[in-house]
Amino acid sequence: MKRGTAIILSNTMIAEDTYEMILKTEVTDDADCGQFVQVQVPGYYLRRPISIHRILPDHQLSLIYKVVGDGTRVMSEMAEGEALDLFGPLGHGFPVLEEDVVLIGGGVGVPPLAETAARYRSKGRNVTAVLGFNNTAAVFGTEEFRELGCNVIVATMDGSLGIHGTVIDAIKEAGIHPGTVLACGPLPMLRAVAENYNGYLSLEARMACGIGACMGCVVKTPDGGSLRVCKDGPVFRTGEVVL
Amino acid sequence: MIDLHVDLPGLHLKNPIIPASGCFGFGREFAELYDLSRLGGIAIKSATPEERFGNPTPRIAETPMGMLNAIGLQNHGVDYIIENELPWLAQFDTEILANVTASTEEGYAEVIRKLNHSDVVKAYELNISCPNVKHGGAALGIDPVLAASVTRLAKSAAEKPVYVKLSPNVTNIVEIARAVEDAGADGLVLINTLLGMRLDLRTARPVLANTTGGLSGPAIKPIAVRMVYQCAKAVNIPIIGVGGIRTAEDVLEFLYAGASAVEVGAQNFVDPYACIHIIDDLPDTLQKYGLSSVKEATGRSLNL
Repeated sequence: MKRGTAIILSNTMIAEDTYEMILKTEVTDDADCGQFVQVQVPGYYLRRPISIHRILPDHQLSLIYKVVGDGTRVMSEMAEGEALDLFGPLGHGFPVLEEDVVLIGGGVGVPPLAETAARYRSKGRNVTAVLGFNNTAAVFGTEEFRELGCNVIVATMDGSLGIHGTVIDAIKEAGIHPGTVLACGPLPMLRAVAENYNGYLSLEARMACGIGACMGCVVKTPDGGSLRVCKDGPVFRTGEVVL
Repeated sequence: MIDLHVDLPGLHLKNPIIPASGCFGFGREFAELYDLSRLGGIAIKSATPEERFGNPTPRIAETPMGMLNAIGLQNHGVDYIIENELPWLAQFDTEILANVTASTEEGYAEVIRKLNHSDVVKAYELNISCPNVKHGGAALGIDPVLAASVTRLAKSAAEKPVYVKLSPNVTNIVEIARAVEDAGADGLVLINTLLGMRLDLRTARPVLANTTGGLSGPAIKPIAVRMVYQCAKAVNIPIIGVGGIRTAEDVLEFLYAGASAVEVGAQNFVDPYACIHIIDDLPDTLQKYGLSSVKEATGRSLNL
């Protein structure tokens, strides 16, 4: 992990309130899939934790983020050539196992699964990507997973695209029987995933330091202990933490 | 040659920069980034008599030029700290200031008596000002009589100097400062966070699960400088200033106001190398204002 400057190469809207920013930076050259970076948005005090979407050749980093408040709105208005201060890569990401996997993504939980899919595909593993969104306007990234050679299943809550319902509905309707799942998405989705399957879950949390010092983002463990999303996670085994 | 070192009761600081308690853990995470021996000292995360999980999440909310936190003193308890954290900290050439919190006066004395046996701890920072716990903490820090009483008890238990960390959530901080000085405090640390809150407009609920939290960051710096200035005029014990420090120039402002050393808090979250950057910049900054030592800067704005 290190702190460094990144230059914005592009910053484009790819779905409703959802942007992809490509940055030139050496900070994430050695990043693992599922790790995140802390982004300093000019004019805002705390850094924004944003998961790594892709590590691209030539020291390029792709982030996909949703506009959820003023800080991310300012970030979405930044232009090519502007600089951002980054700190990372942080946390423990998804393991790259010697087996085929099912990736389950919900909304802006989808991005870290793309780099994960790429790592599994480069090892010749079969990857099924089940991607859930609220509606068609929110959908992004499905083509990227297809290009990576994944079997892609799309679900929307309003039924406007793909299977009508949740990612769990989609898995059942498609007749998939997952072994290990790797999931990232909103908490209700992660709870449903953990109730049905075994594998790894990536959590989202409000953070301050991002390195495990401030105890701002802790989650409870079943035995009453606690783990830090930023340092011990953001990826945990199913059952490792109380959701 | 600019002289950065400061001698305070129990603390021989090679420079006046101390990461603030609760913003630095026990230093383990920052030790992955730089050599902790570069720091003047470390105010380690608060020790309580028993393990505390702390408050539910969300515990953090951003504010304009600052942040709210309601961690709730999560720690493994004083015994764990003595067994696991202090021996690890012993490898660094820096002065350890042990922050102590309890829900009863006797609890403070119990933690201090246990920490007395540690060679690593050089002084105590009595936290009578945490706004995020229901008992003890802030309740003691807002009443001069109670603040003096717990200070007296801590002093009688302590075999090392006791600094009292004051709450800014009072009408007259000078009154509290005088009360703890009279009760035997060896120094003051000020200020702790200011009580604040944020509301989520979609749900109408507080953003923090604890409803309220402590405000820190640059937003509170002018309040902290003012309180250091007022207390420095009123007491004769050294003051460690804390609140919103980001730069070496901020440090100088606190020194001018009467602080002998400073603590750096939330800025460690924004720039994990903040303390090192400030230490590196301090000699040139002192020189820029015609000073050759930190000691010379302390209290420069008093008695003008």
